[in-house]
Amino acid sequence: MSLDSSNEPAIELVGIDKRFGAVHANKNINLTVAKGSIHGIIGENGAGKSTLMSILYGFYHADQGEIRISGKPITIRDSQAAIAAGIGMVHQHFMLVENFTVLENVMLGAEGGQLLRKGVASARRELKRLEDDYGLEVDPDAVIEELPVGSQQRVEILKALYRGAEILILDEPTGVLTPAEADHLFKVLRVLRDQGKTIILITHKLREIMAITDTVSVMRRGEMVATRKTAETTVEELAELMVGRRVLLRVEKGEAKPGKVLLSVRNLTVKDSRGVTMVDDVSLEVRAGEIVGIAGVAGNGQSELLEAIAGIRKPASGEIFLDGKPVAGVGPAELRSLGLAHIPEDRHHMGLVLKFEEYENSILGYHRDQRYGRGALLDLDAIRKDAEEKIAKYDIRPPNPRLRTANFSGGNQQKIVVAREIERDPNVLIIGQPTRGVDIGAIEFIHKRIIEMRDAGKAVLLVSVELDEIRSLSDRILVMFAGKVVGEKSGEAGEQTLGLMMAGIAA
Amino acid sequence: MDYFDILISILGSAIRLSVPLLFTALAGLFSERAGIFDIGLEGKMLASAFASACVAYWTGNAWLGLLAGIGISIVFSLVHGFASITNRGNQIVSGVALNFVAAGLTIVLGQAWFNQGGRTGQVPAEGRFSSIVLPGADAVRDVPIIGPLYANVISGNNILTYIAFLMVPVSWWVLYRTRFGLRLRAVGENPGAVDTAGISVSWLRYRALIVAGFLCGFSGTYLAIAQSAAFINNMSAGKGYIALAALIFAKWKPVPVMLACLLFGFLDAFANFMQGKSVPLLGEVPVQIFQALPYILTCVLLAGFIGIARPPKAGGVPYTKER
Amino acid sequence: MSTASVPLPAWINYGVIPLLNLVLAFFFSGLVVWAIGENPFEALQLLLIGALGRGEGIGFTLFYTTSFIFTGLSVAVAIHAGLFNIGSEGQAYLGGLGAALVALSLDHYVPWYVTMPFAVFGAALFGAACAAIPAWLQAKRGSHIVITTIMFNFIVSSLMNYVLVRVLIVPGKMAPETRTFLPGGQLPKLDWLISMFGGKLGAAPLNFSFLIALVMCFLVWVLIWRTRLGYEMRTLGISPSAASYAGIPYAKIVMITMLISGGLAGMMALNPVMGASARLQIEFVGGAGFVGIAVSLMGRNHPVGIILSALLFGILYQGGAELSFDMPKITRDMIVVIQGMVILFAGALEYMLRPAIVRFYQQAVGGK
Repeated sequence: MSLDSSNEPAIELVGIDKRFGAVHANKNINLTVAKGSIHGIIGENGAGKSTLMSILYGFYHADQGEIRISGKPITIRDSQAAIAAGIGMVHQHFMLVENFTVLENVMLGAEGGQLLRKGVASARRELKRLEDDYGLEVDPDAVIEELPVGSQQRVEILKALYRGAEILILDEPTGVLTPAEADHLFKVLRVLRDQGKTIILITHKLREIMAITDTVSVMRRGEMVATRKTAETTVEELAELMVGRRVLLRVEKGEAKPGKVLLSVRNLTVKDSRGVTMVDDVSLEVRAGEIVGIAGVAGNGQSELLEAIAGIRKPASGEIFLDGKPVAGVGPAELRSLGLAHIPEDRHHMGLVLKFEEYENSILGYHRDQRYGRGALLDLDAIRKDAEEKIAKYDIRPPNPRLRTANFSGGNQQKIVVAREIERDPNVLIIGQPTRGVDIGAIEFIHKRIIEMRDAGKAVLLVSVELDEIRSLSDRILVMFAGKVVGEKSGEAGEQTLGLMMAGIAA
Repeated sequence: MDYFDILISILGSAIRLSVPLLFTALAGLFSERAGIFDIGLEGKMLASAFASACVAYWTGNAWLGLLAGIGISIVFSLVHGFASITNRGNQIVSGVALNFVAAGLTIVLGQAWFNQGGRTGQVPAEGRFSSIVLPGADAVRDVPIIGPLYANVISGNNILTYIAFLMVPVSWWVLYRTRFGLRLRAVGENPGAVDTAGISVSWLRYRALIVAGFLCGFSGTYLAIAQSAAFINNMSAGKGYIALAALIFAKWKPVPVMLACLLFGFLDAFANFMQGKSVPLLGEVPVQIFQALPYILTCVLLAGFIGIARPPKAGGVPYTKER
Repeated sequence: MSTASVPLPAWINYGVIPLLNLVLAFFFSGLVVWAIGENPFEALQLLLIGALGRGEGIGFTLFYTTSFIFTGLSVAVAIHAGLFNIGSEGQAYLGGLGAALVALSLDHYVPWYVTMPFAVFGAALFGAACAAIPAWLQAKRGSHIVITTIMFNFIVSSLMNYVLVRVLIVPGKMAPETRTFLPGGQLPKLDWLISMFGGKLGAAPLNFSFLIALVMCFLVWVLIWRTRLGYEMRTLGISPSAASYAGIPYAKIVMITMLISGGLAGMMALNPVMGASARLQIEFVGGAGFVGIAVSLMGRNHPVGIILSALLFGILYQGGAELSFDMPKITRDMIVVIQGMVILFAGALEYMLRPAIVRFYQQAVGGK
């Protein structure tokens, strides 16, 4: 059945365009998905995949463009319209009511009448049927919060099928799953496809695309850059399409002269708030005068590793040494006084208080320093003078320490953070995504500062999802995959080698 | 009086004192389970007490009084909804504001209309809900234990009291056995789940607030024209907050809400009884301890020392879809 | 596109929008006045004359203002750290006990200026003590501070009831209040302040605590915008994740903030207890703690704004009292209505007008 209908399109997107303020999230997207197939959409974080699917599910409205379901143009005003059109969505963050049972969650919005009783009986029957047909077994009376994540996801799929979904969209479905759970999910998806359902799988994991999809489209910075038959493409080609050949000026960089070990991490394990292991028994060392880069696709534990070293997240087990001193479990304030500086991945949530004026952010984390005041008082003149010096040195524009931080451009905001952390002259500098959302000029500037730190004999640990950035800055490269360091390469390692390691294929 | 008679009289008064708490706490149950904090229960209660007293006084009809009480209470609920749902304002601030408006307005209008220092006129007997003697109450009065219990505690209350206790299973049924209840409980936990299921979060929350207004209207009416015969300045006297405490104490569940209200009503009745009496060994126990006990118990509960009070997860947070 | 993210100039955000909200609040309050058959404009005129027309009126106005400054500051300090303290009422009430105990112990022996610093400390200490448990519950057990502070308002009310009826009452008297403090336990009236402007204070209870309130405004301003602690409070209040990045300890800041907030509320008691009635009376706070919420919201949580909005409410309270003499149909409780309207429009509905204003502003700017 799936073979006969493979040419007939289930969904066509024509010229979809969407902006959020200044961000152009989707640029003139065209996409055709054949009925009874599994179609992958791959791209980096922020490439616009989720936005596109939210438009398809009626969460956002496209500024322009047309959606056709089984050839017919249709307007999807809200989620109800999407459900009516046979579209079901499994969100990255499950849309489940945690203290409800499976049955209640499945019924919500499709109760079959004012009273629950009749609906409950038929929902039970229908769940049993879905279980038999697709191998989606869950106890209908189990409470969601007591179920493992994999089963919760199965409930999301059941919800969609219960509403009669013919087209199923899964947004990063394996992000929260163990490998075994992911395998089970893929089995289910194949069964669904073989029964004629159309599946769209959004992911940034190349391995999954290769393992399960029939066709794949690649998105990059809001654009749909290519569509391939999975059988006719390779991981290498997809990785290249995904990252794109970015024009990045190679930074002039001399030979590294590594000195003694300043930062050392031993058998570190970090769990997130739900108890899922994000960093799994990681050990690494960073010496004075070298930059160690951590490459990896976003979501493989790099963020948690950085936060644990910075003292923001308490490690579950393992040790961290700063210049020989054990510091696991020590808070950020004390770590700063021990000579650790941290440029966080997310400047909007961590690195800056956007409502503060620029000079106020120039002391965040160092506000207890002697030089910024006497006793309990802050010395605003000293702080503003200090901020002005940094503004001049880092060419932050507009050069106004009294301007609200939210009113600076992304590049200048990042420079505020970089200036604050580097000018403190730390021994160890840990950096997350130093140039995310930053313009070319600022990128070059920030890269030069990082190299200068190395040349001044500091230990630098750099996390970035931009492979080019890792390769042009690092003296040694560690690759993280699924919470583990899967390999180490020199700074000269080729893009392909690293790409395969990042995809968890080679070590 | 022997101890049994005392107990009977305390129980009777506990029932009467717990009725307004029960209506109000059930009202809070509906709005808070839908994810809307309702500090404004006190104000709704007061406003409905005033409205019911006025209408009952003018028309001499208790049922019209009840209708007016319910009406004004729903209006207050809708204002709360307009601020906290439509305009995504702070729910606490909105509730506090409505409490003030009710506290001030009832006195200002009362003074302007009745000129009795904020009291309304004395409501005639036919404009009040008077006590109902249940069949057989007199016949069984002399049966030991059960007789007085039936005649003096269960029988002899007004119709609103019976409605209040009837509302407990009704609320339970609505929350757990109807589509509306399922959706209402869902929207207080994860409005995203409701929205993605194609249900309007706003309309659902508005309906929850209307139900809350409806129930709260009974409580004010009970205070004004069942328990007394006129509206008196600030006659809710913090009962809205005790009801809120009872709601938390009951962990936002209907049957425990009834038990908590009975407990708090009993404490109140007991405090009244103990006024000026001394207890063997302890001497005179200050009544203030009993007055404060509901609040102390609620704080102890909130601290997690008696089980865990888990409020509806989405409570107090306006729902925004766009990122 | 949504209008929420469109930036507006400060004069609109801090000037036009609060003013329009205030106008709306007064419009609806005016409707109430009109509905009971009086002329709202005449009422407003009488109110203003009553509050500001004579030295004595001004004295009363500033007396109320004093109380509202304290409670407004109390609410504002907590809001800066992201905490909503509804318990200023109870904290002020317990603060009264602190002040009274100091006054009762010292008034026989020393003049007022020796008693005063101890009384300020005592009032603040008791107010802070009342905030301590809700603060601890929030910091360590995650209990919602709004609920616990409400509960503590009632707990304190019962406690004070007990203390006044059973312990501090003058034997043989009926009124639940302490004995009258001797001059050594009273704060002097500020006749000189009013006579500087050529008025007479008369019976108005404006007293030294007005000056303490102004000093506290300055100190709160220093705390919030000039100290490291204030910096940490503001960081936590705006962005808890940035605070955790910066190593700002959550539990400690919550505790300290609430102790300061409770202390400021406690100091409010100096004004009525030691400044006006010279004794501790039952229910002496009379809702001033709740007015603090309105004052802080109106004043955008800034000491200068708080002084202005406390003055506004002072005028309403005094003018409202005078108005009720001239227009017996309008009772003093009209103020409570206005207060509720102000909280509703300046607080809960603060963004109601914003989309319209944004559109208007964009048209005006675009039209150039």
